[in-house]
Amino acid sequence: MNTQLLVQLLINGLVVGTLYGVVAMSFVLIYKASQVVNFAQGELLLIGAWVCWWLLTKYQVPFYLGMPITLVFMFVFGIAIQVVILRPMIGEPIISVIMVTIALSTVFSAMMKWMFGVNLQPFPRVFNTQNVNVLGLQVQTVYLMSLAVSLAMIVGMAWFFRLSKYGLAMRATAFNQQVAQSLGISVKSVFAMAWAISATVSAVAGVVVAVVNGVSAGLSAYGVKVFPAAILGGLDSVGGAVLGGIIIGLLENVAHFVDSEYLHWGNLYEIAPFYALIIILMIKPYGLFGTKDIERV
Amino acid sequence: MAGQTLIPAGDFRTSYAADTTVFPTKTSRNAMIAGIALICFAPHVLNEYSLSLLIQIGIFGIAALGLNIVVGFTGQISIGHAAFFGFGAFTSAYLSNRFAIPVFFCVPLAGVVTAAVGLIFGLPAARLKGLYLAIATLAAQYILLDFFARAEWFTGGSVPASAEPFSIFGYSLRGDKKYFYVVLAYVVVCYLLVTNLMRSRDGRALVAVRDHYLSAEIMGINLTKYRTLSFGLAAFFAGVGGALYAHYNQVVSNEGFGIERSIIFLAMIIIGGLGSIMGTLMGTAFMVLLPESMEWLSVALRDSPIDRFLGLKNNIAFLREMAIGVIIIVFLVFEPDGLAHRWRQIKTYWKLYPFSH
Repeated sequence: MNTQLLVQLLINGLVVGTLYGVVAMSFVLIYKASQVVNFAQGELLLIGAWVCWWLLTKYQVPFYLGMPITLVFMFVFGIAIQVVILRPMIGEPIISVIMVTIALSTVFSAMMKWMFGVNLQPFPRVFNTQNVNVLGLQVQTVYLMSLAVSLAMIVGMAWFFRLSKYGLAMRATAFNQQVAQSLGISVKSVFAMAWAISATVSAVAGVVVAVVNGVSAGLSAYGVKVFPAAILGGLDSVGGAVLGGIIIGLLENVAHFVDSEYLHWGNLYEIAPFYALIIILMIKPYGLFGTKDIERV
Repeated sequence: MAGQTLIPAGDFRTSYAADTTVFPTKTSRNAMIAGIALICFAPHVLNEYSLSLLIQIGIFGIAALGLNIVVGFTGQISIGHAAFFGFGAFTSAYLSNRFAIPVFFCVPLAGVVTAAVGLIFGLPAARLKGLYLAIATLAAQYILLDFFARAEWFTGGSVPASAEPFSIFGYSLRGDKKYFYVVLAYVVVCYLLVTNLMRSRDGRALVAVRDHYLSAEIMGINLTKYRTLSFGLAAFFAGVGGALYAHYNQVVSNEGFGIERSIIFLAMIIIGGLGSIMGTLMGTAFMVLLPESMEWLSVALRDSPIDRFLGLKNNIAFLREMAIGVIIIVFLVFEPDGLAHRWRQIKTYWKLYPFSH
């Protein structure tokens, strides 16, 4: 048994898993607030990463400036998607809403390929030092940054939901839209804000992945991994999504380890989350922390 | 009453039997027979290219019909249809190569096997809300694609599997001109089967599940059974379509069964009209012709300023993808009932012409 590899993969799983968790969290945010299953989550990641890459390479904007501009852009972009495309769909059957987000993901991914090409583009160097020594292990700086940023976003989101006034409004809307409206909460703006925050958080995750691996169309794969993570954690639980993401990230890497050491099937780690997804749907469809009154029929 | 005018100006049915006929009027039945008879001449009139488009419309139309059963009639959503389509293609090729079963029997057999596989993925989710079926089928899409790449005994792995040409009683139907009739026969049979299904108890039960699952359950409809049934039927038609596709191309490679294709299938039924049988065919025709017409357009616009600005030649693939997404959104927002609805409106207009009020 190759302990060195296992440890390496577990760390990798933790880092990737927290990123999955962050993306799943922003996915659940939209679902909780507006009951929209967003199949375009991965594309939000992709757009954020490309915009930041574009600012940094084409206009030579320094990273500390490029990042906030990207985030502001994504905030506005999220509101725009909600107002222009999803607001008219309120009250339509759930199939139509899902189809619209699927169509959006097609449009965005094709548009990104059209504008930026299909090749992997390396991200400009953000850090000067490549490796840091943590407890005797050589860890890449970008990994540490990724972990730190993810944790910061999770804490920020928790603070936002628990303690801020707007977070309270959002929780109220998620609980019951009509009651929230009668208490003077603008449900419309809560929906728009949910999309805006979700897009921004996804963009942060996108930039982090881009810094580590470079930008390419493959980034939107993170959007697909959201489903196992969110279902495992429970579709309407923000904390569950984070935990689900971490578990899925670890699962992927453990699958990779088992595969490379014992099974030699190849490619198992890409597909393992989907097997997990089917199993979860069979035995515990509401996930670890989801509301159990999701109707079973 | 129905016999007296070309298009009756209202519903004059007095019995349940009249209400559940396959064709609403004699005219519509005669028109359908005449249409099928006319299209039989297509191979002699059309060129190779148009003929291949017609065959594609037929093949994808069968698969899209299956998807319309699960999405349009039963109100569940499936995002893995292309994987089942691919599974049908590989199964039919495998059966005819490995067991020397005549291709004639392979096609329906492939449908049955695909239905069985579809049920494995559909079962856990059929007990839950539509949302979960969507996610389970998404997983099915990725798992099946991975399976295609992995199972070399079944699919040939990276080497495309070969499929025998279609044959009946030792008489082989090679080439587009002959294969056209095979596809036509399957299209007619499948569409009649589904039309017939929709007027039976089972078909109405599916619609009841879509319209209000709670009321349906109170009326004694077994929700799990009918959700599973509709999902199995969808996989069956996907399998039949896939098998026809395999024997049409005579090779089956891993390409073209990805999630993009699934989205195209969904686009077909949304554009055609959810829950409309003839609409499915219209939507399929639309989605087959859309990329082709974009191709024609890009050829027509070559070296014009628009071409230079958009870079049509290099980017046509991405523009096509974008067009598919945009069309889905446009139809969902402006014409959620699809082309079938538009067609009905045109008919209604002419029904009372020139006194439309």
